[in-house]
Amino acid sequence: MDVLYFAWVRERIGLPRERVETEAATVADLVAELRAREDRYDLAFSDLTALRVALDQELAEFDAPLAGVREVAFFPPMTGG
Amino acid sequence: MTGDTAVEIRVQPAPFDPGAVLSEFTARAAHSGAGAMVTFTGLVRDLPGADRLSCMEIEHYPGMTEKALAAIGAEAAQRWSLGPVLILHRFGALRPEEPIMMVATASAHRQDAFEAADFLMDYLKSRAPFWKKEKTSRGEDWVAAKDSDEAALERWTKG
Repeated sequence: MDVLYFAWVRERIGLPRERVETEAATVADLVAELRAREDRYDLAFSDLTALRVALDQELAEFDAPLAGVREVAFFPPMTGG
Repeated sequence: MTGDTAVEIRVQPAPFDPGAVLSEFTARAAHSGAGAMVTFTGLVRDLPGADRLSCMEIEHYPGMTEKALAAIGAEAAQRWSLGPVLILHRFGALRPEEPIMMVATASAHRQDAFEAADFLMDYLKSRAPFWKKEKTSRGEDWVAAKDSDEAALERWTKG
């Protein structure tokens, strides 16, 4: 699936998007896999309360299932307006 | 006017002239039979003291942004009796004093137009995927979301 990062999540991880092959069942499982990769991921995901997630461009929760999802995006709380 | 709401979404890097946008919207609103219009325009504020703002960088999530704004507009159209609705938001590099965004609502009566505009702003601030970064003489920093913005949504979900 495609994993996208925005704002300071993008800056901490160092890239805007990447293709990830995963069997993760939920967003939380995917986060655990990413954190185990490298320090920069571990740091970016160290506080999930400071993050939001969207699945196929719809806001979701971290316990949401990933079955059938094509695009996962991680970002900080939005600050539009 | 229920049922004839047309929600126009514009997400653009280009600067805009709020007066020109308002003129165009006024013509559409009048044509829809509206008797009231409410508009809100957000401006890039300069920062006080030594931290003067040189640039406000707005990042967004192309694709999701348009969908989220359309959903917020559709929700407003369901709750209130509205004529045309406009939601315009810029992204990219903005300078102090430039308009960032604009919301306009039209309705037969002012209360629907006021409430819908207020609702759109509350939802847009915390539910549309935009992020602001302020660049000042001291460096650059992402603007943090405020708890008060999240709390503002609650008044629309009660009762």
